[in-house]
Amino acid sequence: MGKPIASIVSAGITKFGVRDGLYMRELFAEAAKEAFDQCPNLNPRRDVQALFVGMMSDSYEHQAHVAPLFLDWIGLTPNPAFRTEAACASSSVAMRTALFAIASGMYDVVLVGGVEKMTHVSTTGVTEILAMASDFPFEQWHGISFPGIFGMMAVDHMHRYGTTEEQMAKVAVKNHEHGVLNPKAHFQKCITVDDVLTSRPVAWPLKLYDCCPRSDGASCLVMTSPEIARRFTDTPVNIVGSGQAQDTLSLFDRENFSSMKVTRIAAEQAYKKAGVGPADIDVAELHDCFTIAEIIAYEDLGFCGQGKGGSLIDEGVTHLGGKLPTNTSGGLKAKGHPVGATGTAQACEIYLQLTNQAGRRQVAGAEVGLTENVGGSASTGVVQIYRRGD
Amino acid sequence: MVESKTDKDSFIRDENGVILPTIENFYRFCGQRKLMGVKCSRCQTILWPPRSICRKCFGDKFDWIEFQGKGKLMTYTIIHFPPTQFQALAPYAVGIVKLTEGPQLPGMIRYVKLEDLRIGLNLQVDFESTVPKEWPRWPRYFFKTSS
Repeated sequence: MGKPIASIVSAGITKFGVRDGLYMRELFAEAAKEAFDQCPNLNPRRDVQALFVGMMSDSYEHQAHVAPLFLDWIGLTPNPAFRTEAACASSSVAMRTALFAIASGMYDVVLVGGVEKMTHVSTTGVTEILAMASDFPFEQWHGISFPGIFGMMAVDHMHRYGTTEEQMAKVAVKNHEHGVLNPKAHFQKCITVDDVLTSRPVAWPLKLYDCCPRSDGASCLVMTSPEIARRFTDTPVNIVGSGQAQDTLSLFDRENFSSMKVTRIAAEQAYKKAGVGPADIDVAELHDCFTIAEIIAYEDLGFCGQGKGGSLIDEGVTHLGGKLPTNTSGGLKAKGHPVGATGTAQACEIYLQLTNQAGRRQVAGAEVGLTENVGGSASTGVVQIYRRGD
Repeated sequence: MVESKTDKDSFIRDENGVILPTIENFYRFCGQRKLMGVKCSRCQTILWPPRSICRKCFGDKFDWIEFQGKGKLMTYTIIHFPPTQFQALAPYAVGIVKLTEGPQLPGMIRYVKLEDLRIGLNLQVDFESTVPKEWPRWPRYFFKTSS
């Protein structure tokens, strides 16, 4: 087992969903407050040395330069604050930036988080803001929407491996079942395969219920160097592996539309650093922005062979109670996807699972967890591996 | 060096009059109904879109080449919920086409019945006759079934 790179000693997450009348800074403060309150041994003003925050778009609130803004709203000026942007992987990249800061010895206690406030903007407006993460001259200019990019991946996967719309629908059904067990999840209802198949088409073969919603929310982690983690908690969670890779911004230039190279490379780095393999993972949070993306993630993370992702969902392996439960939080599909908040929200769920605080969705005895977060059309990929530190 | 963009027929050239391998110039060629890419003078790799550094050999000299515009559909999707400016066209098909010369181009697939779309379909490039009013006013190429 690899040496811990950093430790998570507390986590906070807002209710995800429609959070009318709240601004990003207020949502961010809500998540930070929970992370502080959950850690009585932490004195934020005395202990926290820096803030790392992920957020995708300045367009939602006409607000840029958010790092000092959020820092001020949680009362931590004049500490340094850093904002990262990597579309849907923004806060996973913030986490990695924090890892570097801790590993370098520059800081030993930092706050890491992410936020997005989306629901006050019309669906059309959100579609256009999200499309900014695709290539303007060659994708946006030709009417290719974001769901369209994943639709093209899905058609390729169906053609190559015989993956079906029913198998994709089962991912949504599973994640909604899990979301019902998470009080912070955007959606709190079960759906059926038929509901998914008969929902209105967005980018065939993807239908409305194959797509994650637009949501408001924020998430935060208190991260420390492993050496001092026990000052703050008896049950730290160690980050033992971390990997990141980039690919072309646009989909068209890739060798394979059915696999995310960034996930494969990031996973390889993370597994190697952690000294574990796919069979050692007890619980994982995956990037199910569209149902096909979770099926592809199974394959690229080595949870099954290439092209076997559809069978894995059929076999129930990734349901709660299965051998490798994925997206116990409800995933992006049911927990919601406030874009910038997602990376650290995935880490929050793994923190809760590995510290036995996941309530009705607890995976019994979970010791090793994994998060997989992609940005854009998998132009950024981050995979991290966590282990109980007690 | 950079000329005014107001004259859509004038290409952006270097001091020797060579048309620079830029996105803007690619679309100006589209305005002349030509689908163009570049070939690296050093390693002969064909690049699309045109770019200023060869990603294979890091060369920085290129020759423009005109593609025949024929290729096969690699993957596609049918957009039912489009960005605002494309709403009048929905539902419409977009896909990725592998040209005979090698490059893979994304684009709209028009004048094909949606139910006839399949991977491997032979397609041919064509160009819109009107130039969009909105920035950056690039004339669009698209694909249709080859005759």
